[in-house]
Amino acid sequence: MGVFISVQVWFDLEIPGYMTRITVLLNSSGTAEEIMAEGLGMIGCSVGSVICSICGGCLAAYVASDFAKTLRKEQFSKVQSFSPEEMGKFNIYSLITRSTNDVTQVQNAVARTSQLIVKVPVMVYIALTKVATGSWEWTEVTAIGITAIIIVQSFMLFYVIPRYRKVQWFTDDMNRTVRESMSGVRSIRAFNAEDYQNAKADSANSELTENNLFASRLLAFTRPFNGVVQNILTVVIYLLGAGIILAAASPDEALTVFSNMVVFSSYVLYVVSSFILLAHVAMGLPRALVSAKRIRDVIDTEISVNTGTETSSGPEDPCISFRNVSFAYPNSSEDTVTGISFDVKHGETVAIIGQTGCGKTTLLNLIPRLYDATSGTVTVDGRDVREYDLDYLRSKIGFATQKPMLFSGTVRFNIGYGRDGCTDEEMMDAARVACIDEFLKSRDGLDTKVEHLGANLSGGQKQRISIARAICKKPEIYIFDDTFSALDYKTDMMVRRNIKKETSDATILIVSQRIVTVADADKIIVLSDGRIEAAGTHSELMQSCGLYREMAELQEFSGVMHRCRARP
Amino acid sequence: MQSAPVKKSRPDDFREAWMNIFRYIGKYKYMFFLTAALSAAASVLSLLGPYYISELTNLIQEGLDSAMDMDRIGEIGTLLIAMYLISGLFSFFENYMMATVSQRSAEMFRKDISRKLNRIPLHYFDRSSKGDVMSRVTNDVDTLGSSMNQCIGSLVTAVTTLVFALILMTLLNLVLTALSVAIAVAGFLIIKVIAKRTQRYFKSQQKNLGAMNGLVEEQYTGHTVVSLYAGQKKAAERFDKINEELGHSAFRSFFLGGISSHLSGLISNAGYVLVCVTGAVLYINGNTSLGVIVAFMIYVKLFTGAFNQISSAIVSMQSVAAAAERVFIFLGYEELPEETEKTDISGIKGLVKFDTVRFGYDPEHEIIHGFSAVIQPGQKVSIVGSTGAGKTTIINLLMRFYEVNSGEISIDDIPIREMTREQVRSLFGMVLQETWMFEGTLRENIVFNSTGVTDEKLDEVCAAVGLTHFVSSLPEGYETKIGDLDSMSAGQRQQIAIARAMVSDPKMIILDEATSSVDPLTEKMIKDATNRMMSGKTSFVIAHRLSTIIDADMIIVMEDGRIVQTGRHEELLSVKGAYKELFESQFDVAERG
Repeated sequence: MGVFISVQVWFDLEIPGYMTRITVLLNSSGTAEEIMAEGLGMIGCSVGSVICSICGGCLAAYVASDFAKTLRKEQFSKVQSFSPEEMGKFNIYSLITRSTNDVTQVQNAVARTSQLIVKVPVMVYIALTKVATGSWEWTEVTAIGITAIIIVQSFMLFYVIPRYRKVQWFTDDMNRTVRESMSGVRSIRAFNAEDYQNAKADSANSELTENNLFASRLLAFTRPFNGVVQNILTVVIYLLGAGIILAAASPDEALTVFSNMVVFSSYVLYVVSSFILLAHVAMGLPRALVSAKRIRDVIDTEISVNTGTETSSGPEDPCISFRNVSFAYPNSSEDTVTGISFDVKHGETVAIIGQTGCGKTTLLNLIPRLYDATSGTVTVDGRDVREYDLDYLRSKIGFATQKPMLFSGTVRFNIGYGRDGCTDEEMMDAARVACIDEFLKSRDGLDTKVEHLGANLSGGQKQRISIARAICKKPEIYIFDDTFSALDYKTDMMVRRNIKKETSDATILIVSQRIVTVADADKIIVLSDGRIEAAGTHSELMQSCGLYREMAELQEFSGVMHRCRARP
Repeated sequence: MQSAPVKKSRPDDFREAWMNIFRYIGKYKYMFFLTAALSAAASVLSLLGPYYISELTNLIQEGLDSAMDMDRIGEIGTLLIAMYLISGLFSFFENYMMATVSQRSAEMFRKDISRKLNRIPLHYFDRSSKGDVMSRVTNDVDTLGSSMNQCIGSLVTAVTTLVFALILMTLLNLVLTALSVAIAVAGFLIIKVIAKRTQRYFKSQQKNLGAMNGLVEEQYTGHTVVSLYAGQKKAAERFDKINEELGHSAFRSFFLGGISSHLSGLISNAGYVLVCVTGAVLYINGNTSLGVIVAFMIYVKLFTGAFNQISSAIVSMQSVAAAAERVFIFLGYEELPEETEKTDISGIKGLVKFDTVRFGYDPEHEIIHGFSAVIQPGQKVSIVGSTGAGKTTIINLLMRFYEVNSGEISIDDIPIREMTREQVRSLFGMVLQETWMFEGTLRENIVFNSTGVTDEKLDEVCAAVGLTHFVSSLPEGYETKIGDLDSMSAGQRQQIAIARAMVSDPKMIILDEATSSVDPLTEKMIKDATNRMMSGKTSFVIAHRLSTIIDADMIIVMEDGRIVQTGRHEELLSVKGAYKELFESQFDVAERG
């Protein structure tokens, strides 16, 4: 790119020469042919210049767009490797701004300035060599002018950069409120809270606008300022020139000064305008610098959950084992779970039940290493989960999350999500196990469309598709985190029976609030306030564990049921 | 989600977008004109500069041979400096005001988009990608704000210069003027051809940016599932496709945008030479004087320079148009009809009637097939049925989230169609199946839109839903920031959502699977509390856990969008039917155990 631009600058500098000669020819009554000859030379130069600048522009466009592409890709890949902890640190809405808006800022700055960054030094160098012929006074004045421009520019950068930092923050906020308004649209309307939400958007909006206004008003000052400096500089050079000529000893000397002055002023213009171009570069930079920093923050983030190397299982038994495990969420001083120890043997079904917020989901999250235990060890197939290659570990596990997360596209995409190359039959089979096959058949089968976050499906349908996704993966370990909560009991029971039947050798971990869902597990762990309160089978716990019995009774296992049994 | 191939832009897209912009910023009309006037004045002043500079040169040149007229030189110097200062001041004001106009317009756009979100029908949200709408608020409006700033000022300056130069040229020599104009017109035509192509890429750039935002939003929202199912590769495929297209359209628009300004430079140089040569011929043939040609050449330079500026201003205007188009498409989306308050609802008792209600989210799939029911004031109604039976849909219709296809829902015999949506919703406290938390303090999340909620009330409600322990465990109690707080469980979110509904002190309440993730003990507590707080008030409860529904005054059993049974728990159990089947499945295991 440097070559193209240097050549282009050279061509550009040749053009004024031709102009002068044309003017001279006209003055000295040259023939049309002579003028034409110079004219052709000039056109040749401008064609050359245009070709070079198109090539340079092409390269700059390529550099900018490719750089942006790489930034987006790198950032996206990095975020994909984040654990939930890092996701929480940045917030989704901010990561979204960084992926598009911030990258665009950087891209535009690169496109606008990459050519100039090469061009300006070349221009300055060429022009300076020519300016060197001028007198001291002129050089001094020029230096003063340039210094003024540089000072004003630096001041501007100093004040503008913090503003743009805020602009990007509030862009995050704007993103957040819009995302919030969309995901909470039903709640907002149900509560007639439109104005409440508007007020939030307005405050982000006005902060964003005020900071943008401040920055762009400051920038509004610099452009005319540079123009004024440039113009006044010319006038001053002429005025000084007149003084020098007046003081000149001989007419010859005066003539030299005069011609120097004319040449000098035109090159001064060139030098100053190259500095102005530099100022333009500087004007494009503040926001891009802020954005670049934000992108770098993402790319440089240290990931809390790092992959191990092991891609084979350990001594097998027990399948899952917790040894004295405690965990506290980042930024939280209190443990969410404390001193948890239990084993799950191969092929066993273990259920976890307990009060809201007692740490059930937290426990499950430690197995596929969404988080790492603060102390103690979690092992899978006899090996510490931290030793495994992360992908290998997770490939052993079919995890149906509490909140069913579906991707826009088709049901096929969603069910087949966990395993490459599964056939339609396998997917329909998984759908059958999850009792969603009838529904799919009534629609477009595996081609049934899934909207963003499954907006077109009911809560129970979403849960069953997410269960089918886990089943289709054919893992060794199934984890169902309260995945049956939106299913009616009949479907709940059928799905569990199907799973048991189809996956007789799989190990299953279930979290549920429903006693029925957990009752036939090989082992039930009752969690209370982050500790294991009791463990055993349904009938054992009914005898020994007060909390469990209470929960069971509340779900009408004794009362109403016996009442209705009493009827014939 | 997938980005469609680059759409061929209609020729009038550009004009239409700009007409819309001008209409839109009507409020700033005067400021806009003032900006244009200042810009014109500033450029006229700076156009006069070269005239005085040449006089200055002449004076000094004359001073070489004879006495230098220092007074006059000083005078012109002062005049020039004054002129440049004033011109600089003008253009500062112009820039300042243009920055104001464009940032204020951007603000207006953002405001209108966020307002718009509250007025479009719900089905829009079921279908569209959040990320794409977010991109309109941030990326498109951003492009709009920053490019508008640049293009208007330079366009006005350029046009002023062009007109000014043209007038002077016409005064000097008609033939040469005609020639220059012909060259400029030819140049414009060439640039127009390029610009049309560029416009297409600007549009696809903004569009791909939206698609990218959509993809990223979805992937980041589903991050946990992506990690658990090693979905990174699948995501990368989708990502690369959009990234590639985005990169491609960015490259094309930069490149083509650049070409048009380079080409116009070439055209203006060529024009310059042509004028010189023609001028020389005219001069040699004695048709014009040398002075005229020399002067003319200066103006041709100005003329062609302005022409250059216009072509680059057009490139900026194109990116504005491309962004504006997307914003206007969103703003133009069909809105919910305006309603005026026609009915007084202050004395509502809570008699809710459904009369043969039919409904489908899309016309081909009817989901509710003639639903009729009468709920007496103060009754506690439970809606049960297998998943996908249409329970939530009935609630959606009652809240007027969607409008019935046929049939009627009325409250105290006033059809809800005859109330405003706000009125209908103000009657209900609702807890949705999917809990929604926003970034803010716990207090803000519970109090939400309600006014005048005292701390005592807050404590009372939190105690009722079993949140007291949770609140006291938080480092800053009610003032703790929550939101996407990972350490908050699904059950706790549901408790907060119920507290939110209770705080609003509604006339009727709707609980849609409100306690599905809550443990039985807490659920019992919540049930007792709601029964107490809602005594005498009509309530609707959707639940699977039968302990929740057992004491309802009326149980509606739904199957495939129809009511199959209604009655009280004991009545329904005494007959063979859907309810008995559902109920017994609950004890299937217990019988064995």
